[in-house]
Amino acid sequence: MNTVVIAEMKGNELAMVSSELVSAANKLGGNPTMIVYGTDPSNAASRASMIDGIAKVIALHDECFESYDSSSWSKSLSAVCPDGHVICAASQRGKEVAARIAAIRQTSVVQDVVKIDSNVVTHPIYAGKALESLSLNDASVVTIRPNSFEESGDGNSADVSTINQSSDVSIAVKDMIAKASERLDVSEANIIISGGRGMGSPDNFSHLDNVASILGAAVGASRAAVDTWEQIPHSMQIGQTGKTVTPNLYIAVGISGAIQHLAGMRTSKYIVAINKDPDAPIFKHADYGIVSTWEEALPSLQSELSNLLN
Amino acid sequence: MVEIAVLIKQVPDTSAKIDVRDGIVDLSSVKWITSPYDEFAIEAALQHKESVGGTVTAITLGPESSEKSLKDAKAIGVDNLVRIWNDGWSYMDSNAVQSALSQAVSNIGATVVYCGKSAADTGAGSTGPGVAQRLGWPSLSNIVGIKYESESLEVTQPGPNGQSIIGVNLPALISCDKGMNEPRRANVRGIMMAKKATIEVLADIHSNSTISMVGHSSPPEKPPGKKFEGAENVPDVVKLLRDEANII
Repeated sequence: MNTVVIAEMKGNELAMVSSELVSAANKLGGNPTMIVYGTDPSNAASRASMIDGIAKVIALHDECFESYDSSSWSKSLSAVCPDGHVICAASQRGKEVAARIAAIRQTSVVQDVVKIDSNVVTHPIYAGKALESLSLNDASVVTIRPNSFEESGDGNSADVSTINQSSDVSIAVKDMIAKASERLDVSEANIIISGGRGMGSPDNFSHLDNVASILGAAVGASRAAVDTWEQIPHSMQIGQTGKTVTPNLYIAVGISGAIQHLAGMRTSKYIVAINKDPDAPIFKHADYGIVSTWEEALPSLQSELSNLLN
Repeated sequence: MVEIAVLIKQVPDTSAKIDVRDGIVDLSSVKWITSPYDEFAIEAALQHKESVGGTVTAITLGPESSEKSLKDAKAIGVDNLVRIWNDGWSYMDSNAVQSALSQAVSNIGATVVYCGKSAADTGAGSTGPGVAQRLGWPSLSNIVGIKYESESLEVTQPGPNGQSIIGVNLPALISCDKGMNEPRRANVRGIMMAKKATIEVLADIHSNSTISMVGHSSPPEKPPGKKFEGAENVPDVVKLLRDEANII
């Protein structure tokens, strides 16, 4: 069966993860067509045509991509999408568009796929406490979790065809409230440093901020911290009822490692745990564990990193 | 008067340990709860009704045991309860689930649907946008704030650059995130009324799956890591992050 990759876009540019989607597509079927889209995706189209393993690129121009509306985006993409399996990135928007494209095609969607073995796809359930394998018996839509498949090379020169469309938008953005803080979003960060109730008070999160700024990391929190202190917003919460993250490095400070929290971060590439309790469950999941209070460990971590990276 | 529907799902408690036995998850001893984000959806539906007048119907898809979630919703003020189930169903893919739910929404004649941003068991978040698509409606996901008008809604949606205030005319589907509201608790009178509540069971719903379940497995265990006693080892760990892990 043919596969179609709907590229992950950042505005009119191609996001890095798109190249991982191509690897996934080649495991699922053959001859993937990649759709790049935007108000002017011509740049992205020439980037996409270089990705190894792509048979063809469709550059979809539509003014509806100016602002996000899942309904109009899905309609526009679906109109140019060839038959076969469809693959999107498991980003917030990618998952939503995937669900709608599946519904338009009267077929099913499987989200957050981490493994593909011909037509059997595997994805985490119960926030990663178990994996579920599913057999795709007909053309389906799947989203791919970032960092699960290899990046493809870029020695290709696939054909690009351009399509111009204009789709209606069903919602109206009335106002934007810019972010109050410059804090990086945990769902987009490659490195995350998180604090739990062991931080003692919300003011002490400033020590995490200091380390984060050296590493270019985002600051996260456990549910216990978010529930205890109203200054710690839910947007920072990592766990089964917060965000699920897979950064390259996850540093857990004063977090015991409740199953709820582990569910949201256990698939991080490397985990560092700092906790004063040597029996804290988080140590079972840490690549590097340091039994220490944060008061002792964080200043040292900050100065070491600062010497190394600044 | 607005016909309001809220989609809810019963899931294993998020603090439950999930065991895999013989290639399948063993849920026989887990405690079941209403999926946490659905609590915000129920509250949003009730506040919508209180602002402009209307009727709230809670819909779930699940076996008889999931009626507990419907009755819990009744106890805090939901008017009508609908459960979709056919004993012939086993694994249902998203196509089957969404077509059943959208048929139930159409039956009620709802013009606004609330649901949680994702269910705590699958974490997929497919149901909201998928049902909206089948109804031909716009949808707004991960909503953290809302203002109710008679024909429209104004919602707050977080994004990469901050929060957007977005207006949408009904009909529309809203998927709700934590922070949107403070779900109310049931009082004794509500709980007593909920016990006597009748639940409409829809069994005659067409549903077809093109995906089948192969099996479950436990996530691969990580090999044991290195553990150091005391903050004096921080420099060693930083060195390992650079030389062994190559990530900083």
